[in-house]
Amino acid sequence: MFKLAKKLTKKDVLFFLFSIVFIVLNVWLELKIPDYMSEITVLVQTEGSLMSDILKEGIFMLLCALGSLATAVVVGYLAAHIGSSYAKTLRKSIFNKVGEFSAAEIKSFSTSSLITRTTNDIRQVRMFIVMGIQMLIKAPIMAIIALSKIANKGIEFSIITAVGVVIVLILITILIIVVLPKFKIIQTLTDNLNRITRENLTGIRVVRAYNAEEYQNARFEKANSELTETNLFTQKAMAIMSPVMSTIMSSVSLAIYWVGTYLINEAAMLDKIEIFSNMVVFSSYAIQVIMSFMMLVILFIIYPRASVSAKRINEVLETEPMIKDGQIASDTTKLKGVVEFKNVSFKYPDAEDYILKDISFKANQGETVAFIGTTGSGKSTLINLIPRFYDATDGEVLIDGVNVREMNLEYLNNKIGYVSQKAILFKGSIKENISFGVSKKGKPALKKIKEAIKIAQGEDFVLNMPEKYNSEIAQSGTNISGGQKQRLSIARAIAREPEIYIFDDAFSALDYKTDYNLRKELNKYTKDATKFIVAQRIGTIKDADKIVVLDSGKCVGIGTHEELLKNCRVYQEIVSSQFGKEAI
Amino acid sequence: MKKNKRKNAVSNEEKPKDFKVAIQKLLKYNKSYVSLIIIALILSMISSILAIIGPDKLKDMTNVITKGLLTGIDTDKIKSIGIVLICFYAASLIFNYIQGLIMAIVTNKFSKNMRREISIKINKLPLAYFDKTTIGDILSRVTNDVDTIGQTLNDSIGSLVSSITMFLGSLFMMFYTNWILAITAIVSTIIGFVLMATILSRSQKYFSNLQKEIGNMNGHIEEVYSGHNVVKVYNAKKEVDEEFDLINERLFINGKKSQFYSGLMPPLMGFIGNFGYVAVCVVGALLTMNNVISFGVIVAFMIYIRLFSQPLTNIAQCLNELQSTAAASERVFEFLEAPEMADESNKKIILNKASVKGNIEFKNIKFGYTKDKEIIKGFSSKIKAGEKVAIVGPTGAGKTTIVNLLMRFYEIDSGDILIDGISTKELTRDNIHNLFTMVLQDTWLFEGSIKENIRYNQDSVTDDEIINACKVVGLDHFIRTLPKGYDTILNDVDSLSAGQKQLLTIARCMVLNTPFLILDEATSNVDTRTEILVQEAMDKLTKGRTSFIIAHRLSTIKNADLILVLKDGNIIEQGNHKTLLEKNGFYAELYNSQFENACE
Repeated sequence: MFKLAKKLTKKDVLFFLFSIVFIVLNVWLELKIPDYMSEITVLVQTEGSLMSDILKEGIFMLLCALGSLATAVVVGYLAAHIGSSYAKTLRKSIFNKVGEFSAAEIKSFSTSSLITRTTNDIRQVRMFIVMGIQMLIKAPIMAIIALSKIANKGIEFSIITAVGVVIVLILITILIIVVLPKFKIIQTLTDNLNRITRENLTGIRVVRAYNAEEYQNARFEKANSELTETNLFTQKAMAIMSPVMSTIMSSVSLAIYWVGTYLINEAAMLDKIEIFSNMVVFSSYAIQVIMSFMMLVILFIIYPRASVSAKRINEVLETEPMIKDGQIASDTTKLKGVVEFKNVSFKYPDAEDYILKDISFKANQGETVAFIGTTGSGKSTLINLIPRFYDATDGEVLIDGVNVREMNLEYLNNKIGYVSQKAILFKGSIKENISFGVSKKGKPALKKIKEAIKIAQGEDFVLNMPEKYNSEIAQSGTNISGGQKQRLSIARAIAREPEIYIFDDAFSALDYKTDYNLRKELNKYTKDATKFIVAQRIGTIKDADKIVVLDSGKCVGIGTHEELLKNCRVYQEIVSSQFGKEAI
Repeated sequence: MKKNKRKNAVSNEEKPKDFKVAIQKLLKYNKSYVSLIIIALILSMISSILAIIGPDKLKDMTNVITKGLLTGIDTDKIKSIGIVLICFYAASLIFNYIQGLIMAIVTNKFSKNMRREISIKINKLPLAYFDKTTIGDILSRVTNDVDTIGQTLNDSIGSLVSSITMFLGSLFMMFYTNWILAITAIVSTIIGFVLMATILSRSQKYFSNLQKEIGNMNGHIEEVYSGHNVVKVYNAKKEVDEEFDLINERLFINGKKSQFYSGLMPPLMGFIGNFGYVAVCVVGALLTMNNVISFGVIVAFMIYIRLFSQPLTNIAQCLNELQSTAAASERVFEFLEAPEMADESNKKIILNKASVKGNIEFKNIKFGYTKDKEIIKGFSSKIKAGEKVAIVGPTGAGKTTIVNLLMRFYEIDSGDILIDGISTKELTRDNIHNLFTMVLQDTWLFEGSIKENIRYNQDSVTDDEIINACKVVGLDHFIRTLPKGYDTILNDVDSLSAGQKQLLTIARCMVLNTPFLILDEATSNVDTRTEILVQEAMDKLTKGRTSFIIAHRLSTIKNADLILVLKDGNIIEQGNHKTLLEKNGFYAELYNSQFENACE
């Protein structure tokens, strides 16, 4: 929590100091009001007081009330500003940090966790700050000022108030001990319930096919009961809080009056009036003292949640991305699109086993290099080393003779047109999606965009959409089909006119015919670019200049389709699995 | 101390479409708890009345003290008042607590029932319903909406009743004591409330803007984070940053303003109270001096003005809160009232799993997911028992739709499907499901042990059968290497690959013994070499059964008895691999495109 305080801007800190001043003022004015109240009471009670006196005191009291309102408004404004501005800064910091992350960090946090950290966790911290400013500062100030007003006004009264405070503290402590751990359990149980419902929904066909409705309902009911029981327990426990609080407050007043009666009766004549006025003052301030202690304790209840959130935010902010930017930002040779892997091995930072082991090959300008192998053989990981989603653990990846690690990332990215296995589109028009990002040649013109979509076999369906190239794509592209998404994401890569294309299993979502036509057009258009294709279907890669066959992270064959058919057993197996034995 | 948990009530801008209808439904739903709720309400009324009388007694005590201040206070009288007050406090404590307990029990039972009904409802809705809704939407009804209803009911019902009691009670007491002061108190309070209402209505738009911007922010972040690789390689950081900064700034402004406005409430309330206090004092003093009222009246009024203004604020907040209760219950009821699948209890014909031969006939089937777009346009085919039928065709041709209709996940628009000559319309869905085993492209496993996942809802399956099935799909060795073997719990972070998960679902199907088998892209997540293993296992499984196979990879279906080539909802060709190739039509084209040379 405190580490995060560094993120406060100078203005926030200034506002924070201001708000302390205003809170002191506010509390002072607020506690002034009872004084005027008792003045007015005395005046009204005393026979023959002047109306003007009452009015005067009344106006003073109203002024105090107005002042306290005004200061409270100012404090409210300052708190709202600090909280929101702080949330804004934090959000930006996390967003930037995640932007710097490499795929490894994203994977280790998981996307959904990063999203929660950027949204929910920040909201928790913000809530704590807004409430904290108002309560954490206000409560002690209030307690101090109230205590100073009632100090030396009767030890008996003080003891009564102290007893009230102690009871409140004990009650809250017990509640915290009993209830707080349950709150954590409730979170897990709610997650459980959600999970079971989600499972039922995602597997709805399986559930129905197995006639397993009752089975699912029983699982749900179990989680439902557990959740309800725990919820009920905490709510029953918390239900005692408010009645006990109000009883304590009333009882303290009553006790002060009651005890006061005896004190007055026993006191000497002269002291009687003083004790009486002390008693009246005490009863109004004692409640303030108890209230301020309560506010503090409530903060302690909120604090753990905010602190957990702060910790989660810190984790993100303190993670150093593994990928470090390089220096080289301009061409050093005449080579274009020559990619070489030299004895490349890769494993995840904490993993024991290598995912890729000792891979070497070279792709010349304009060549197509394809990768094939079983799931988990390391195909995707291999080509992810080119745009530096990860860095090779051993060996080097060279583009035009330069190690990718030494290249400036923007410069490196400008060479690459990347299409992922799962098509990723963004909210915005089709045009905006195709011209996404920055490339060496700047934003593509509309003509270029149309051309790219045409090559990617997307023209038909785009022209069929109501707004054509200006049609809106919904968030994550949910309003078009998977195949259409994939064609647009391929078009996006084409529009960049890169030197190196990377297709990470990008053709699987297309049917054979579209796949075929697309590759035909693409080859015509991108003669000079080097292409890397990861694929499952032999048909997709058959004509590649080089096919790299991977098996458990090792390269078990490099060559053309015909060569591999002759001398690579794994390749033969893959081919026969797809076309039958006679194909070999 | 009143319940102050509702600070954020104002921030809930959800508005129900029809407040009255929603609340009525909610009350009807609550019928079984009515007696308990009434007890709780009576208790809270009593404790509010005690709260109104309490200050009156305290005032009496003050009077006794002031009267005897100099001459000696009547301690007996003090004692008797004190004891009465203690009884009051104790009673009010007990009543309040019992009321709290009752409400907690009622709302929790209520929420539990509601959640259960939603869960049961999920399994009663036609699949078509889920085409229109997202999982997130239903999930948020099960948790968020039900929670909102439970929470707000718990908070607001009790407090609404006690506030109204207190409001009416103090109003009554005020007019009973002195009408001039009563009017003074009411007018001054109303002025304050008008002020508050103006501010609140002005702030509404910031709350709704805030909700909107939060949504925008979540959407943007989700997109950028999950498309992280693409954003990076396309050097689009600046672009997404610009969008982020725009939303972030709007979020900041709206967040600040709505926070500020909602923070205004408590100090404003305080001020209204003070304002009323001074007004009553001044007018009261004027009246006392003219000997219209006694001093005690003013003291009583000072308390009444608080008792009067506080419940007003509470009522305003409760009504606000009930708005979101109504909005949430509308969403829940909308779901609970969605039309269910047709009742089938009147269907008498039952096909026995063991005696079904396995003939299937499709008779001129027409079907569309929506009325305006027909997907299957007159599909007919006759399949003999034990045949292996493959359905091929480009994406969107309607392959999976045929399966959906066969399983009666959807009802056909016209035409008929016959099993052994009996129309599937005559059979219950449960009966049909009993006859089929299906493996889908999307692997589905739930959090539970491997054993539970394979046995899924089939109590008769023995452990040996499970292990055998795993041996056949080649998973047995792998499962044994897991720390807990077959009792290993599968969850989100498990180490199973997509292929292994698919093999598990295939094993799950193997332990079933049904006359029909459907494989919908069943091996698409398994690499081609493992697929051969599975294929062999499946071939064993399909022997003697009528099976339907949908596959992308045409190699997997070459030995099918019948290949149905689907295009745009019609069968354009049918026959076996050999005859179709000879025909040199669409199938041949599709098949050969696998080998086509992309380079000229």
